[in-house]
This record gives sequence, structure tokens and C-alpha cells, in this order.
Amino acid sequence: MTNSRSGKIRVLVLVAGMGLLLNACAGAKVGETAAPAAGGGSAKACGTLNLAINPWVGYEANAAVIGYVAEKNLGCKVVKKDLKEEVAWQGFSTGEVDAVVENWGHDDLKKKYIDDQKTAVSAGPTGNKGVIGWYVAPWMAEKYPDITDWNNLNKYASLFKTSESGGKGQLLDGDPSFVTNDEALVKNLKLDFKVVYAGSETALITAFRQSQKQQTPLIGYFYEPQWFLSELKLVKVNLPAYKDGCDADAAKVACDYPPYELDKIVSKKFADSGSPAYDLVKNFTWTNDDQNLVAKYITEDKMTAEEAAAKWVADNPDKVKAWLPKS
Amino acid sequence: MAPVVGAVTGVATRLRVRGLLILAVLAIWGLGWALLNGRDTLALGGAELTPLHSSLSEGMDAVDDSRNSNPFFLYFINYIRLFLDEAVTFVQALISQPSFGRPVPVLGWLGVTGLATAIALLYGNRKAALLTAAGLVSFGLLGLWQESMDTLALTLTAVVLSLAVGIPLGVWAGMSDRFHRLVTPVLDFMQTMPTFVYLAPLTLFFLIGPASATVATMIYAVPPAIRITAHGIRQVSPDTLEAGASLGATTAQSLRHVRLPMAKQTIIVGVNQTIMAALSMATIAALIDAPGLGKTVLKALQTLDVGTAFNAGLAIVIMAVVLDRVTSAASRRVEAERRAGRLLTPGRRRLQVAGVLGVTAVLGYLSYTYVWAAEFPAQANIGPVVRRAADAASVWVQDSLVGFTGAVKNLLTNGLLNPFESLLTGSPWWLVFAVAVAVALLVGNARAALATAAGLAVLVLLGLWQDSMVTLASTLVATILVMMLGVVVGVWMGRSDRADTVLRPVLDAGQTMPAFVYLVPILGLFGPTRFTAIIAAVVFAAPVAIKLVAEGIRRVSPTTVEAATSVGASTWQLISKVQLPMARSGMTLAASQGLIYVLSMVVVGGLVGAGALGYDVVAGFSQHQLRGKGLAAGLAIVVLGIVLDRVMRAATERADAAAHGGQPHK
Repeated sequence: MTNSRSGKIRVLVLVAGMGLLLNACAGAKVGETAAPAAGGGSAKACGTLNLAINPWVGYEANAAVIGYVAEKNLGCKVVKKDLKEEVAWQGFSTGEVDAVVENWGHDDLKKKYIDDQKTAVSAGPTGNKGVIGWYVAPWMAEKYPDITDWNNLNKYASLFKTSESGGKGQLLDGDPSFVTNDEALVKNLKLDFKVVYAGSETALITAFRQSQKQQTPLIGYFYEPQWFLSELKLVKVNLPAYKDGCDADAAKVACDYPPYELDKIVSKKFADSGSPAYDLVKNFTWTNDDQNLVAKYITEDKMTAEEAAAKWVADNPDKVKAWLPKS
Repeated sequence: MAPVVGAVTGVATRLRVRGLLILAVLAIWGLGWALLNGRDTLALGGAELTPLHSSLSEGMDAVDDSRNSNPFFLYFINYIRLFLDEAVTFVQALISQPSFGRPVPVLGWLGVTGLATAIALLYGNRKAALLTAAGLVSFGLLGLWQESMDTLALTLTAVVLSLAVGIPLGVWAGMSDRFHRLVTPVLDFMQTMPTFVYLAPLTLFFLIGPASATVATMIYAVPPAIRITAHGIRQVSPDTLEAGASLGATTAQSLRHVRLPMAKQTIIVGVNQTIMAALSMATIAALIDAPGLGKTVLKALQTLDVGTAFNAGLAIVIMAVVLDRVTSAASRRVEAERRAGRLLTPGRRRLQVAGVLGVTAVLGYLSYTYVWAAEFPAQANIGPVVRRAADAASVWVQDSLVGFTGAVKNLLTNGLLNPFESLLTGSPWWLVFAVAVAVALLVGNARAALATAAGLAVLVLLGLWQDSMVTLASTLVATILVMMLGVVVGVWMGRSDRADTVLRPVLDAGQTMPAFVYLVPILGLFGPTRFTAIIAAVVFAAPVAIKLVAEGIRRVSPTTVEAATSVGASTWQLISKVQLPMARSGMTLAASQGLIYVLSMVVVGGLVGAGALGYDVVAGFSQHQLRGKGLAAGLAIVVLGIVLDRVMRAATERADAAAHGGQPHK
């Protein structure tokens, strides 16, 4: 009984104490200072812009700047969705995604969603030029200057042997999202190499980083623009030059990868909506240097995507102005 | 005495004959490999497809296209999606997202912390409550309050729905043998099918958003709820049931008054496992835009920002540990109450509840009203410190250990993995097929052999024979490493309480830290190789094996141990002659669970250089024309899991039978 009574008292004291605390603390109340977020008084209602965010930093740079401008200048509500390419394109047909703002080729997806389903349309190039190829770390290009010519690769094949390559030289491939002809190339150029699949960009970049740091030989598939190149300037190996149509038959490819015009894809519904955000996406173009700069803000300077975009937009008002719908 | 000796020698001879037969089979295999190396290996290049893969792709395309016209989608799936979206959004509105026209959620950090602590106190104990409070505050300190609440909202919604589906089905499976037999393979399938395979199709059915993420989580989290509930219902002793029946209880009455109350503790264990399974999906679900900590981890991975990934991973680990300890405490409380009656008199309990709820209501009101209690103070953010420390540790480890780890990798790869793999992949498929069936027959029984034959035939049909063999080789090597660690560390933990206290949090972290967090450092150490994939699998699977072995060692009765010690057995003799043999069932459970956990890491392995099936699945998720092959690879992983599980189970049964047959007096 005494126990229970002391328990009762304890609880009472506690509740009373909390009550006192309640009166004592007169902090700022929720909602007191928050000004109503006005739409910025834009001329034409923008509504919602659903941006897919594909998982690489260059893409994020494009999306950050477009999203920032859409929000600040056009008063749109921007919803960013983190999705892989495949899923993002599916979003065109389900109406969940309005725009993909950096697309690398993907002819199969274009066929399915643009030509067959007609749920997506192209919104023109981003101005970024994509390069795909085989790269080595800078120390290798210095030490073996002739390694950048594919004709000499067999001479160095034994350098690239690893536990995975079964006695041949290892050619490291990365994220399977990217188009690769590497197995055919190795075969058709009669190289004494074996393609090893790292399986992710993370694995590929870590491998190149360690290659430079530990001076271990490594040759692998890589691409520009890519933020990692500003940390480590990888050197491209020249394969037989690309000519129109030399990659027509995937099994017989014996030439370098074509240069890619990176482009933007939007859903048909969004293109027809008359939203000013569509004009923005359509007009958006910039250079590889622009993208690399924003990517550097994000990766090296550890800014959030919004901060990086804000900084770039503040520094480049003219470029931004050219994207905005004339009104 | 004589018959015992006779039986023992009989068993021994039989075992020896069997061992010789197995050796003979392996010798034939070696010979066959040497003679026929490279013939009929059924190799298939990275981008090559079989007609089956293409038609699987086309089948998936057909499903895509019918989405807008098929009434099944229009009426059934759409309503489920709406319901799920609403449910998650509602919980988010309560604890994580600005809602109801306010710039903050309904309950701020103080309110959520108070409520969670109150729940832990009322259903668990004081220790669990303290841990809960500390854990929740630490989310804020790591600078990840909102992300953590998003993850919590999604996880809790998925768990509640999983239990709503799982417990009734589990009760049914517990009551009906027929349903149990029917549902078990389905559950096996749900647990071993890699999430990557169904992630993209899910977004077609349930669209991009919380609904898809919830369904993906539930597919993985429902099976433990069903299995463990069924197990609990089945465990109720027949005597008790008979007693009930003799008193005239109907089936429904006996379920309500006998089976369910008796199974309550086991069902709470099921709840615990369901929570863990749901939480382990946090990162993968982020691939389809699930909100929360998983996103932070994946984003950080794009820039190889180990510190940020670790910071978020740490929050996931803390959440897992808190949820685990609270549910465990609740389960123990149920057990204690069952044994000793109520722990508190009804009056005191009522008082306790009222007091706790009163305080919680006050905290909730504060966090609803005042900014300081709603938003976690930004000044108290130790996230950057954690990030920098993790970064520094990762760089240091990669730079200073790489010489050593490289040597270990080469030694194990060239000494163990490569020979084994070339034996599996270099031999003609029919030889491997025959050897596997023979081994299954010899270590297991005819049914295991049949399952093996059927499973391997499916692998051939799927067109992924060679990739399956590569994955099998890595899987078995990883399982061997897991068991070696499991026995060594498990025995240590089982024998020493202090080791247990120190190691348990480490093991919990290994089990719940998303693999994506430590991929970068281990890639730095071992390069993109199959060995890296093996290490990742070991990190994830070893904790389970260690815990189960330790559990088995601890269960060995103290009197037996005392008896052995009094006869003068040394520590080594005690372990090898008494404790390990008596903990055998724990060890086989550890091996089979270890294997399942290793298999569930095959896809992660594909991301770090394992190639083979894991890579096929990842590629199927990323490349439109490879999705059929990805689906086939997912099926192949399921088949490997089922075959290995059946063989191992049959081997265990045989070993048990032999052991009991050898000791008729028991």
C-alpha cells in the first residue's frame, strides 16, 4: 500500500512538474513566423514538375539547375523522384514522371516509349557531349606512353592480370546500365583480355582510385562527363576510330564508341500541357564545363544539389535567361 | 553394453562406407573434369540471350501494355495502391512530413521520443525504455531526424500490414497441415527471390511512390510473420490441447483460449523478425524512391561519400537495435507474466499507464505547439563529426591494409575459389549433374536427390547453367567461411558472457548495416572481385551463424558440462567432445541460415564484381532488353537456395537419425 501511494505521489509530482515546464517555456510557436509561401506571382500557373533523378551526379546537376529555375523563376512545385533509368521511363507511361533531363542513348527505351507506346517525346539535346571508352589512370599513361594506342594493348596485357581474369589481361566494366560492346571489341580486335564486370559505378571508381594510389595497373570502361574525372584525370585509350554504321552489328563491332549527344525526354502529356516548365526543359542547354562545375560543387565542395544550383544560377544569369519562356 | 557398442560400430561402418562412396564420386568427377575439361559447359556471354529470356521479356512487356485496359489493374490493384499510399502518407504526416497546413509534422521530435519511450516502458521494461529514448535522440544528433522518421513511418506501416496479413495466415498454417505444405514453398520463394527482379515491375502495378515501396517491403517481411506464427501454434503441446478438447472446447475456442495465448511469446518473436526484415529493405526500396535513410545511403554512394553513407547506416542500425530490444523485452515480459501472473497489481498497472500516458501527452502537446520541441535543434548535430571519422577510418583502412588484404584475396581465390569454380564450370554439365545427384543421395536421401535433379534441370532450362555454377562456387566458399567464423566466435560467445556482451552489438551492426555502406572500403581493399562479394556476404551472414552457434552452446545442460569437468576434461576436450557435439542441432541450423543469408547477398555481390547470377539480376534491372534474363537469373537463385536447403535438411535428418540410432538408450 505504501508503495502504491508513493508511486501515486511520484506520478503526480511528475505531471505537475511537466505542467510547470509547460508554462515556463514560451518558445516560438509552430506556424507563428512561417510566412505563407506565395507562388512568386508567376504569370502562368506552372503546377507540378515531376523530375526523375537518375543515379549519377551529372544528371543530378542538370536536374538541380532545372528544378531550381522552375521553382524560383516559374513558381512550379518541383517533385524529384530518385529512380533508375528503366523505372523512370516506365513513369512516362504511368504519368508519374514528366521529364528525364540527361539521357544516354537508350534506343531500346526510345523505341518502346516514344515510337510504340507514344507516351514520351524527345525534348532536344542538353548540350552535353557524352564520351564512352577505355581509360587508364594517369600514372600508367605517363609510365607507358604508347598504351593509349589500342595496337599496343596486347603488349601490356600481362600487366593487367588479376585473380578474376583467368590468366588474361583484365578489362573492367562497370554499371550494367551503360551500353557496352566490350566483349565483342576484345574478340574482334583479337585482344588478349577478358571483360570482368565490376557491376556498379562505385566499384569502377574505387578501382581507378586505388589504381592511381597504389600504382596498380588497371584498364577499364569509363565515360565523360563524370565528376570523378575532376578528381583524377583518366586518360582515354584510342580504339579504331568510330565511323557511321561501324557499330551496326553488335557482334562484329571493332571500332570505338560513338560520341553521344545527351538529350532530354519528356512525357507526351507534359509536352502537351502548355506548362512553362516544359519550355524550360526544352530550352535547357549547357556545356560539359557547366555541368562539371555544378557536379564539383556537389561532390567536392559537399553542397546540397539546391545550394549548388543556386550558386551556378547566380553566376550565370544570361544562360538562365535564355531558357525562360519569352513573356 | 554390448548392443550399444555393436550399434555404434555398425553406424561407424556404415558412415565409413558412405564416406568412401562420396570420395569415389568426387574422384570420378575429378577424372572426368581432367578428361573432358571445357566440353558441354553451357557458357553464355554477358549480353547473350536464349529464346526463353526473350520470351520472358516479351511476357513482361505484355503485362506492361495491359496495365491500362485490364480490369484487374483498374479496379483491384489501383484500390490497393490508393490505400497503401494513403496509409504511409498518413503516418508520415504524423511524424515526419509537414502536414495539415503546418510547416512541421503533427508530432515533433519530443513527442515521438516520448511516445516511443512510453510504449517501450509499458510493453517492455525500463532498460528498453531508456534505450529507446537514447536511440531516438541520437537520430536527431546525427542530423537525420526527418529521414529517420520517414524510414520509421514506412517500416511501421509495412510491418503493421505484414502482421495483419501474416498472423492470420500463420494461424491457419499452424492449424492446417495442408495449407502449411502449400504455403511453405511460396514463402521460400518470396524470401529468396532477389528484390531487384520485381522492383521495376512493381512500379508498374503500384506506381512510383510509397505503395510500391510498401509492397516490396511486405513481400520480404510477411514470410517470417507467417512462418513463426505457424511454428508457435504448432508448438502448443498436444496434451494441453487434449485437455481443452476433453472439456468440450470447440476448435475456435481452443484456438482463442489455448493455442493463441500459449503461442503469444513466439508470435512476438515473429513480430521482431518481421520488423528486422522490413528494416533491411530500407536501402533497396530507396531505388524506387522510397523516402528515408536509404535514399541518403544511395545518394552518398554516387559520390563514394563513405562518411555520409555510414552516418545514415548508423541510424538504421540504431533503429534496428532499438526495435529489436523493445520487442524482445516485450516477449520476455509476456513470458514472465505467463509464469508468475501479473507483474503489477491491476491498480498499480493502471496508475503506471495513466502516469506514462499523461507525461507522453504533455510532451506530445509541447512538440505540437513549440518549434523547439517540433524540430530537432540544428546546433546539436554531431553528424559531421561522425562523417569525418568514418571517412578517415575508411581511407586509413584502404591505404594501410591493402597489401595484406590483396595477398589474402589472391591466396583464397587461387587456392580455394578458382579450383572449385573451374571444377564446377569446366566439367560437362551432365557430369556435374550426375555428381550432385549422387552426393545428395549419399549425404541425404532419395527425396533430396530428386529435388537436386529437378533443380539442376531447371537451371539448364533457364539457360544459366554456367553462371549458376560460378555463383554456387562463391556461395559455398562464403558459407564455409561463415561456418568457420560461426563455430570459433560462437563457441567463445557461448562460453563467456562477457564476450557476448561485447560482441552482440557488433553482430547486430553487421546484420543491419546496409551493405551499400561498407562496399566502398571493402572494394578498396579487395578490388572488384568475387572475393569482395564473398566478404560482403560473410559480413552479413556470419552474425546469424555466430548467434545460433552460441545459443546452441549455451543450451548444453550445465550438469553435463560439470560432469565432464569433474572427470578432468581440459577446456579443449570439453569444447570438442562435449559442447560442440551436443550443440549439433544449433550448428546445422546455423549452417542452413548462414547459407540462406549468403544467397540473399548474391545480388549485392553482383554490384562489386561477383559477376554471374548476381550481375545478371542487376543488369536485368538496368537494361531493358536484359530484363528477361534478369528474371531467369532470379529464378536460378531461388532454385539454388531450394536445392541447397533440401540437401542440407536431408543431411541433418540423416545425421540425427544416425546419432539416435547409435544411442538406443539415449
